[in-house]
Amino acid sequence: MNVSLAPSSIALSQARPITVAVLAMGGQGGGVLVDWIVALAERRGWFAQSTSVPGVAQRTGATIYYIEMIAPDASKPGRHPVLSLMPAPGKVDIVIGAELMEAGRAILRGLVSPDRTLLIGSSHRSLAVIEKTAPGDGTADAAQVFDAANVAANRFIAFDMAEIADATGSVVSAVLFGALAGSGALPFASEDFEATIRVAGVGVDASLRAFTAGRERAVAELKQDPKIKPAAKPPLAKRFPRLEPIGHADYDALVARARLLPEELHGIIAAGLQRVVDFQDVTYGSEYLDRLEAMPRETTGLLHSFAKYLAIAMAYDDVIRVADLKTRAGRFDRVRREVRASDEQVLAITEFFHPRIEEMAGLLPPRLGEKVERSERLARLIDRGRKLRTTAPSSFLLLYCVAGLRRFRRGTLRHAREMRHLDDWAQRVRKFAADDPALATAVCEARRLVGGYSDTHSRGESKFDKVMQASERLAGRPDAAEWVQRLIKVALKDADGTELDGALRTVETLFEDA
Amino acid sequence: MAERSFAREVEDLKLGAGQEFRGEGILAITKALLECGVSYVAGYQGAPISHLMDVLSDAQDILSDLGVHFESSASEATAAATLAASVMYPIRGAVTFKAPVGINVASDALANLSSGGVTGGALVIIGEDYGEGSSIMQERSHAFAMKSQLWLVDPRPNVASIVKAVHDSFELSEASNTPVMLEVRIRACHVHGRFATRDNVRPAFPLARALDQPSRDTNRIVLPPASFLHEKEKVERRWPAAVEFIHARGMNETFDGDIDDIGIIMQGGMYNGVITALREAGLADIWGETRIPLYVMNVTYPIVDREVIDFCRTKKAVLMVEEGQPEFIEQALHKILRNADIPAKLHGKDLFPMAGEYTAQVMGEAIGAFIRRWRSDALPDSARAPNIDRVEVDDKIRALADVVPPRPPGFCTGCPERPIFSAMKLVEKELGPHHIAADIGCHLFSILPPFNIGATTMGYGLGPASASAFNVPAGKRSISMMGDGGFWHNGLTSGVGNAVFNQHDGVIVVVDNYYSAATGGQDIPSSRADNRSRSTKHPIVEAVKGVGAKWVRQIDRTYDVTRMRDTLREALTTEEKGPKIIVASSECMLNKQRRVKPQVAAAAKRGERIVRERFGVDEDVCSGDHACIRLSGCPSLSVKPTTDPLKDNPVAAVDNTCVGCGHCGEVADAAVLCPSFYRADVVSNPSAFEARLDRIWRRLIGALQRRRAGRRIMFEQEAA
Repeated sequence: MNVSLAPSSIALSQARPITVAVLAMGGQGGGVLVDWIVALAERRGWFAQSTSVPGVAQRTGATIYYIEMIAPDASKPGRHPVLSLMPAPGKVDIVIGAELMEAGRAILRGLVSPDRTLLIGSSHRSLAVIEKTAPGDGTADAAQVFDAANVAANRFIAFDMAEIADATGSVVSAVLFGALAGSGALPFASEDFEATIRVAGVGVDASLRAFTAGRERAVAELKQDPKIKPAAKPPLAKRFPRLEPIGHADYDALVARARLLPEELHGIIAAGLQRVVDFQDVTYGSEYLDRLEAMPRETTGLLHSFAKYLAIAMAYDDVIRVADLKTRAGRFDRVRREVRASDEQVLAITEFFHPRIEEMAGLLPPRLGEKVERSERLARLIDRGRKLRTTAPSSFLLLYCVAGLRRFRRGTLRHAREMRHLDDWAQRVRKFAADDPALATAVCEARRLVGGYSDTHSRGESKFDKVMQASERLAGRPDAAEWVQRLIKVALKDADGTELDGALRTVETLFEDA
Repeated sequence: MAERSFAREVEDLKLGAGQEFRGEGILAITKALLECGVSYVAGYQGAPISHLMDVLSDAQDILSDLGVHFESSASEATAAATLAASVMYPIRGAVTFKAPVGINVASDALANLSSGGVTGGALVIIGEDYGEGSSIMQERSHAFAMKSQLWLVDPRPNVASIVKAVHDSFELSEASNTPVMLEVRIRACHVHGRFATRDNVRPAFPLARALDQPSRDTNRIVLPPASFLHEKEKVERRWPAAVEFIHARGMNETFDGDIDDIGIIMQGGMYNGVITALREAGLADIWGETRIPLYVMNVTYPIVDREVIDFCRTKKAVLMVEEGQPEFIEQALHKILRNADIPAKLHGKDLFPMAGEYTAQVMGEAIGAFIRRWRSDALPDSARAPNIDRVEVDDKIRALADVVPPRPPGFCTGCPERPIFSAMKLVEKELGPHHIAADIGCHLFSILPPFNIGATTMGYGLGPASASAFNVPAGKRSISMMGDGGFWHNGLTSGVGNAVFNQHDGVIVVVDNYYSAATGGQDIPSSRADNRSRSTKHPIVEAVKGVGAKWVRQIDRTYDVTRMRDTLREALTTEEKGPKIIVASSECMLNKQRRVKPQVAAAAKRGERIVRERFGVDEDVCSGDHACIRLSGCPSLSVKPTTDPLKDNPVAAVDNTCVGCGHCGEVADAAVLCPSFYRADVVSNPSAFEARLDRIWRRLIGALQRRRAGRRIMFEQEAA
């Protein structure tokens, strides 16, 4: 443009404040971190202004805090700076995300820019409600936040600060304050940071430990080759046991038999075999292999799926299984670890059981069980919540005895039903396997829908049955497998099954058109 | 006791002349009130001025030393009516509440107050809850100032300016016999800054003197013919007096600049945003130097016409920076300029969006457009043709929109309100969906996942009132919600009393969590805490019965989901007519933790027996369908990936933030979900007997466990 610049008679200072945005969830200590940063700046004689949008929004919701700070100008004594009360996209020097998705939110809001922003984020996840409520896996993809951060930020420091906070007995905000010190983005010495924590005077020792750990980690991160970008932790890998003899003659015989199956399946077969043997006995393991061997071996994908879902179907969740799992020594140790009870502390574990008449009847022989199941009087007697204290001998013994019913399991009503259901399914898989292995695999995977207890179980089973019917209808079409997979995906997404019903109607239209 | 304690900060209220105060805006306002010699302060809590009430509450000793009466009002109407003390006597007083909802409630009293006028300075401090983070409808308080002719002060958002505004407002009020509203925006309430303090002043005219020597004047009462005179008095005497005072005192500020053929007019609260935008355009600096002349309206009502005329007279264009709509000030400026035949072009909502907060981005764009249009030569190249690296257009960043989950506020870990809605979900499964009238308070989080419960909100305490029309014979009844805060605010009469009187057949659930919890845990009449300056422990059930309700159920532990569900079911199906009222009581967990934690820590230090409760999930029993979470949404109940190759879904897990409320276990029981939940009671410093018994039990159980393990094939991962 050929416009000449208006001459200025006012000398404007070129000084600009350091701007910091903190994104946290309510209750994460974002406010404490902000107070520290302001106190730190003021301690060094700077002007600092912080603002936040508090109120109901702070109840576990996403919250943004904003800080501006500037050193006084010696040539303008007594002048106070005019600082902004809210961050402007593209103008933020330091963005702190107290949780990974909050760091992602900062990027989405345009607060992180490649020319100036240092992004400090804790890589831990605290799942949002919608991530948790999906019946399947609704967890957001952390890797995408890392990808975006590596594009958007000038520098990106990320590590699991919740882990450090936990190890140091402190909170994430103290680790973040340490990471901020370690980043060197503020012109203040580490001692000033520490002094700020001391003056604030709350949980000083733990805060300082967390601060130091955070600072050291940030320093180490920055020493790395800048070409190495921070990356998300790989998803937790599945642990497959080895298909190997363990010195138990009968079990080892099964292992020898199973090893004849394709080698790439050994991991899943070992997992399946161990599960069913643990569920019942070695003979049951042999039955598992019988069913597996009856399946055509050409398609390993199909066999893999079948090996997995067959084991899950055979090791169904019944009262005996739950009682068994709840009374094991390993479980007691695990609970002690999880709730962080030391050996000197007394630990009482109380179970929340709510057996229905169906579960009780399931333990009986089929004919008797069916009769009992229909008795409303008995149902009223049984159907109520029971809290059992498994760490006390009486309740423990009760559960211990229920677990001991294992040897009668094959004769129970529940077992008969489970096996009928399983046989139906296995037969269908076999039937499709010859002409359409992909469809057979999809039918295998539909077993995912069955699981849980009582209401959830029956809802899942009804979804499963609907998908099975649809598979029969679709069989023969080239896109049958795709459709079944789509149905499974939809069924996993919503709990009520309304979306599945919608998808099934769409399936029907396929045939109307034809 | 409120959620946040200002016990340390209130010490700063004692600062005297020549000292410097550093801290938050609301604390600065409190200090300014004391410097102004107020006799009484009252208010109703609510963001963003909740903390102002908390500060005052924590400062009671200092207040009473100075002879200042402080009161937590029953509602904003009560607070506003309190200002009646300044009608006949030269007594300064201030009240505070959130706006505009608080003013809605208070408007009856404010209108009466404005009609008759005041003798002593009367100040209404309003926290304007507008824009991001606001939890109420988006409206302006400005309209209330216009309709009642009370003055609206909107100072620049820094602590020193806000404090000065408090001082000026009292004098303005007295000079014009009119109450003054001091508007502080949400961020300014919590802005951290500094100002030079003055000595605190004892009230010149004590309240007791007014009681001992009462005076009255019929002309100050709103009844004809005085009320007709009030209107004349407003426009003929009080308004001009106010304009004169504002001008003489220089309450509005003009900042000169060298590019003086254009200018910017703004509400005081917009000043920092304007300067930041100008600074980014290279036309101002961080110390407030500006090249564009600015006229800052620290008083936005009334407008001082001659100041506007003087500012605009020589300009070819001015920009009005006025947040919110309708654009009352801009409209007024058009009239002023037209009447005075000033040709300056007036911009405002043509460059700014009509609706929404003036964020940094909005401000930058609108001011940039204004200057480009009239003085593009004043802009440096970078600002004339901004060449910003737009990272948002990168695919990886755009993809984030589908990844980053929304995180609206929700019930806290262990919240006693959660089980009420879990129970409601369970009843819904049995009886089908109902019309549920929601209310204001934490319980409104029910409208979000996972509960998705609630159809409307009509205002604080108005849940049951908003179901009034649904009082006809039908297959189902309405359910309406109300918190204890809303109940005492007005719900007892507007909701319960109304339902009794009109023989409403619906169900009313009163959530009693011992505090006004959503606003920060202030005490209310039904609070269970001992409060040395308030009378508490007045049961809601008694109040409800007092207005004539017959079917009343008290639930003392909301976590009992089974009982909660059964009671709801009974209320929805009983043959009995009239309102069915369920009072569901359990202490707000946030406040309970704050109360109990120090006690537990102290007991632990003394080596006393302490039981810590928390919940857990047996990973191998959990089937990963997350039904428990769909009935809970507790932050501490989450999911985690598992290494088990036979599990497709992440399993439920309870993290260490669990406070052991028991909700997840109760839900699993009431909804017959699954047996994977357990409660662990961890006993520190057990008694000698307890420890010995535990050892014996562990030996016994251990022996049984070894016996069975010996008969089972042990696989490696189990041993690990």
